[in-house]
Amino acid sequence: MSAQTTTPKQLDLPRAFARALARAPWAGPLVALVLVYGFYAALAPDTFARPEIVVTMLCQTAVVVVAAVGMTLVIVSGGIDLSVGSVVALGTVVVAKALRGGLPLPVAVLAAIAVSIGVGALNGVAIARLKIMPFIVTLGAMSVLRGAAKGLAHEEMIYVDARGLESLLAALPKARAWMLVPPGVWLALGISVAAALVLRSTRFGRHVVAIGSSEPTARLCGVRVDATKIAVYALAGALVGVASVLEFSRLTLGDPTDSVGLELTVIAAVVIGGGSLAGGEGSVFGTVLGALLMTVIRSGNTHLGLRSWVQEMITGAIIVLAVALDGFRRRA
Amino acid sequence: MTAVRDPGAAPLLEIRGVSKRFGATRALSSIDLDVRAGEVHAVLGENGAGKSTLMKVLGGALKPDDGALRLDGAPFTPRDPRQARRAGVAVVHQERALCPHLTVAENVFLGDEPTRGPWLDARAMRTRSAALLTQLAGEARASRTDPSAKVASLPPGDQQLVEIARALAAPSPRVIVFDEPTSTLDAADVARLFEAIRALRARGLAVVYVSHFLEEVRAIADRFTVLRDGAKVAEGEVASSTIDGWVSAMAGRAIEALYPRSARAADPSREVVLEARALAGVRLPRDASFTLRRGEVLGIAGLVGAGRTELLRAIFGLDPIARGALRVLHVEGAARPHARLEAGVGMLSEDRAHEGVALARSIADNVGLSRLPWIVREGAQRAIGQRWIERLGIRAPSVDAPVSALSGGNQQKVALARLLHHDVDVLLLDEPTRGVDVASKATLYGVVDELATRGKAVLLVSSQVPELLGVCDRIAVMARGVLGPARPVSEWTEEAILAEATATATATAA
Ligand SMILES: Nc1ncnc2c1ncn2[C@@H]1O[C@H](COP(=O)(O)OP(=O)(O)OP(=O)(O)O)[C@@H](O)[C@H]1O
Ligand SMILES: [Mg+2]
Repeated sequence: MSAQTTTPKQLDLPRAFARALARAPWAGPLVALVLVYGFYAALAPDTFARPEIVVTMLCQTAVVVVAAVGMTLVIVSGGIDLSVGSVVALGTVVVAKALRGGLPLPVAVLAAIAVSIGVGALNGVAIARLKIMPFIVTLGAMSVLRGAAKGLAHEEMIYVDARGLESLLAALPKARAWMLVPPGVWLALGISVAAALVLRSTRFGRHVVAIGSSEPTARLCGVRVDATKIAVYALAGALVGVASVLEFSRLTLGDPTDSVGLELTVIAAVVIGGGSLAGGEGSVFGTVLGALLMTVIRSGNTHLGLRSWVQEMITGAIIVLAVALDGFRRRA
Repeated sequence: MTAVRDPGAAPLLEIRGVSKRFGATRALSSIDLDVRAGEVHAVLGENGAGKSTLMKVLGGALKPDDGALRLDGAPFTPRDPRQARRAGVAVVHQERALCPHLTVAENVFLGDEPTRGPWLDARAMRTRSAALLTQLAGEARASRTDPSAKVASLPPGDQQLVEIARALAAPSPRVIVFDEPTSTLDAADVARLFEAIRALRARGLAVVYVSHFLEEVRAIADRFTVLRDGAKVAEGEVASSTIDGWVSAMAGRAIEALYPRSARAADPSREVVLEARALAGVRLPRDASFTLRRGEVLGIAGLVGAGRTELLRAIFGLDPIARGALRVLHVEGAARPHARLEAGVGMLSEDRAHEGVALARSIADNVGLSRLPWIVREGAQRAIGQRWIERLGIRAPSVDAPVSALSGGNQQKVALARLLHHDVDVLLLDEPTRGVDVASKATLYGVVDELATRGKAVLLVSSQVPELLGVCDRIAVMARGVLGPARPVSEWTEEAILAEATATATATAA
């Protein structure tokens, strides 16, 4: 109480900035990302530090990032979505089916996104209106939609001409080298920036945080809790739809057995990025860093030529360690 | 009391025949009440009388089963709190309703945010909430009014100011309802709140004010209504009534002694059960030395934020100890809470909703929680719960009722019952009578007196100076983290305690 004579204006600005930086929810994940990348780059300097590898890793992360941005909104609002992997698989099947049926490319893409939005909105209605736990609703949806994807595809891969969609995440041809990274990566980046602005600086975004922080309070303060929750799941669904289109562009086929367990990678990215499964906390930027960290670990392990069982153990350990260290940092 | 009001004028807010039941409990039965523009109307009653229920109906948080409300002559049927607020009725609820992860400014405007196009107008939110908070917290305490601080980082008193600012920020308020706004505020905050309330009254707003601090009610209210068991039993002008009259209307009988005190004397030969030497926590307290003997009630006075809660938490093992020596019973140094409880030390937190009770569990579950046998027999636990319901006069439908269904003051009694049932030797009580009505306070003071007579030791933190003077054997004052010397209660006056509480840190350390 005694140090209260200093007004904010008299504060040492650079130090205040440094402190704000250290307090930012994404500071921990950023440090973790730099450390882990440095670790693998040091072990495999001639391959891992090359720019092409970085671009490849960005391409590999795009799908996870787009889905994880949606998951950030869901987790900040105090919910969870386990249906992501199944919806992505369903999306690839929808795109492939539509293209094979001769529909124009934009229609195929929009169909996949529309299906995802519908799934998200239904999840949201079940959670907000029927008051069923998000874990249960989306666990059910995960199974139902995996089944739906397999049924729609007659339990087969759907091979189809991707009609240019494959260039979304493919290495850039010489003529378009000015883009630096493939368009799908730019898309993921744009979505992330937009979502970060929505979460931080719009009424909707602040209401999402309020609901995750204290739902009864939000209700008492006149926040439209149910409508906001439904919107969150629908919006997350839209992003999963985009992710499924990106996934299709990588596979160039519809695969109903694709992306099993993707939701766990996505949830891990959000939590590594500072999200709290108890709601109220999380940042889009942190999530993007978390997703990159997951990719770096996976491709680093591959570069080192580790056996797959070792890779799995290392991946799990790093996830827990990253979140634990971040917790220590914030309590300190 | 120079309110701009005309008794003949039509009331601003009319409540007609409002009833509300919760299962078998009749929380409100056919209440009629008029609130006029430019008046402060106090609603009084014991714990569980139905005050908060009525306030929730006004604020649109509860729908009445029966009856009608009129605002300015027009029917007023808010569907939810947002509509009520839009119509001009804003409520400061008894239980804190803030989002801990949001900032002060975001909480003040939650549900009603100013926007510029699609974006929040963050600057407007900050400047307007800063202005409101400066008004409520005073110019001198600038750090309490930082609108960008996360609410989770604020102490309870400052969080309460955020709640009040929230109500004052309503777009075009006509009626502002305060449900026990001052239970976490210190005297200076209360004075500034009253300034604000008088300003509202002068602007022709109506204020509904619920409190168990009857002296405060006397100072601020123009008219009053007393509820008992959900029904209106008295109403009138404050100026032509007495506090004793209110109390007997509330309780349905007269209260003989507020501070029952058996003939016990401080006995310096008794065992010292708690001893602190220059104890300091990480931030607070900064320096606390005292001894506590069996059979003694030691009071700790001080302003909100002085570090009294932190002292209790450090002793109980909830917060780390940075420096100094501590001995509790026969244990030297720090210990974890479970070890403290095993040794016979118990603590009552000031934060009832988060640390005092498990809201979703029954009274029986709560009372038995810290002292469960290896094999839990439900019947025995319920019998224990029942015993404490009777002992402390807890107003509840049954032992199986979840604590969340009780009124605020009755929840407080459940929290205390758990501690009493644990039967510890050293009790650390942090604002034990917060939200408790006058008659129940007398019961609780009687319990404390009896504990001391039985040789227990009590460390009592309270912001209510009369309570400390009435209950304690010795009192020490904490100011800015430094605990002054403990002196017998006969050497203290209310003024002396307030003076020492507001004195500078260097003066008290000497
Ligand atoms: N949600 C609920 N479910 C069941 N019963 C309830 C609920 N809320 C209140 N009650 C009951 O309604 C009655 C009135 O409660 P209320 O909270 O209005 O009392 P109060 O006058 O505000 O008391 P206090 O002074 O302790 O705050 C009490 O008997 C309480 O147990
Ligand atoms: Mg109440």
